[in-house]
Amino acid sequence: MTVLDVQDIAKSFTLHLRGGLTLPVVAGVSFEVAAGECVALGGPSGAGKSSILKMIYGNYRTDAGRILIDDGAAVIDVASASPREILALRATTLGYVSQFLRVIPRVAALDIVAEPLRARGIDTTEANARASAMLKRLNLPERLWHLPPATFSGGEQQRVNIARGFIADTRLLLLDEPTASLDGANRDAVIGLIRDKRAAGTALVGIFHDDEVRDAVADRTLDVRAFAAA
Amino acid sequence: MCEEPLLIAEGLTKFYGARLGCRDVSFTLHAGEVLAVVGESGSGKSTLLGLLSTELAPSAGHVRYSMRDGSLRDLAELSEPERRLLLRTDWGFVRQSPEAGLRMAVSAGANVGERLMAVGWRHYGNIRGAAADWLGRVEIAADRIDDSPKSFSGGMRQRLQIARNLVTAPRLVFMDEPTGGLDVSVQARLLDLIRSLVADLGLAVVIVTHDLAVARLLSHRIMVMKEGCVIEEGLTDQVLDDPQAAYTQLLVSSVLQS
Ligand SMILES: Nc1ncnc2c1ncn2[C@@H]1O[C@H](COP(=O)(O)OP(=O)(O)O)[C@@H](O)[C@H]1O
Ligand SMILES: Nc1ncnc2c1ncn2[C@@H]1O[C@H](COP(=O)(O)OP(=O)(O)O)[C@@H](O)[C@H]1O
Ligand SMILES: [Mg+2]
Ligand SMILES: [Mg+2]
Repeated sequence: MTVLDVQDIAKSFTLHLRGGLTLPVVAGVSFEVAAGECVALGGPSGAGKSSILKMIYGNYRTDAGRILIDDGAAVIDVASASPREILALRATTLGYVSQFLRVIPRVAALDIVAEPLRARGIDTTEANARASAMLKRLNLPERLWHLPPATFSGGEQQRVNIARGFIADTRLLLLDEPTASLDGANRDAVIGLIRDKRAAGTALVGIFHDDEVRDAVADRTLDVRAFAAA
Repeated sequence: MCEEPLLIAEGLTKFYGARLGCRDVSFTLHAGEVLAVVGESGSGKSTLLGLLSTELAPSAGHVRYSMRDGSLRDLAELSEPERRLLLRTDWGFVRQSPEAGLRMAVSAGANVGERLMAVGWRHYGNIRGAAADWLGRVEIAADRIDDSPKSFSGGMRQRLQIARNLVTAPRLVFMDEPTGGLDVSVQARLLDLIRSLVADLGLAVVIVTHDLAVARLLSHRIMVMKEGCVIEEGLTDQVLDDPQAAYTQLLVSSVLQS
């Protein structure tokens, strides 16, 4: 069953502060991802991998084409959806682990991780229990759970980010270099999390800087250079 | 997704004599949605808030609002008692200057209780109980209930103003630069409080701010205003991370990256 159907999308940036310079990034991007499948986006830095993920998440606008996501009840085109539709999709269907954690002032790590569960109506006790289990699995020291992550190391922040991204059940999960700042043991923990998601039927699209991780989790790799814009 | 909007603004325009306040602003707002209006000083943000909240009369355009009984009403056609009831119950208005939003001559407790009395609460004990409860929710110590807001710090005054506005369980709150004029650390605490109250109570909010970090933290959607007109709008993270208009790119690039 197809969860994500990307049809002929394109992206360029117009830099008004640089005299209106146009920066073409990708064009003609088409691929499908089925439930339980993990597709890796490959290619060198600057090829447009993150931009493709951000378009799918609705974080970047899409210049042309369609991004169809099946939320179980309907198929929604992110490229033309309203802000409310995109937010509803994110609240139920679409997850994203960004490259860096965006810290919310004064909010503790455990609450950041539990928040997607509470937003889905799960009570605080259960949400916190599941968040604790997730942080434990990612080896985040317990003394950090009740602190805001602003002062954490890069690797600690990234584990909070991963925990938050993986905690809820979403039909589609986007991963932007989730293991970039992690050591071996934590990398293995993330590989385990990704495999669990696949087994549970989640469709995944990921960017993996590390070939070992990619080979361990991805069914196939799309080389984004094939979509280089003119 | 199909539920009716809470507020619909259509073609809102305001001239102060020959001077343009804002022009042709249209949008819809649903229950629980937070809309940030950003733009530099003089771009028409406060004018728009004044038009939405019926403090200003539009030169052209309409605001329609879904009343608590479910009827959709043109705000210009409300009777004066209906309008006043709306302002006191279903709406809040948090102003940049707490002195403009509070009554400085009466106690903190009375500032909160007053809104309840205005909607017909009479029992002193109940009013005081509700006021005490709300002071607690905005992190003001219980033993300050009889103190004058004149003895409060700027951050406390702003928290008191929020309690005064939220005590009647409004569905829509207007905020005009609620964190402006406060020290950075005080701002962070206030923002955190606003963020959690808005989420817990499911409030719809129209918040005016020139601070893009405030907009990112609190809002679902952003409208960017320049010279009285909306020049760009959309999902907050999309507008901030992939701004289209030259002016929005300038605004975003002027913010120090965190
Ligand atoms: N918000 C943006 N504004 C302007 N240019 C951008 C923006 N995001 C990405 N780019 C540019 O788009 C190109 C592709 O970037 P990206 O998608 O991050 O590539 P990758 O993830 O493959 O390294 C780069 O040249 C980058 O500078
Ligand atoms: N009461 C008024 N009389 C005349 N001009 C006004 C009045 N209020 C605002 N303006 C003008 O309307 C424009 C928009 O102002 P305002 O809505 O206060 O902008 P902002 O809140 O974005 O700073 C400005 O040019 C301002 O000078
Ligand atoms: Mg990238
Ligand atoms: Mg103003």
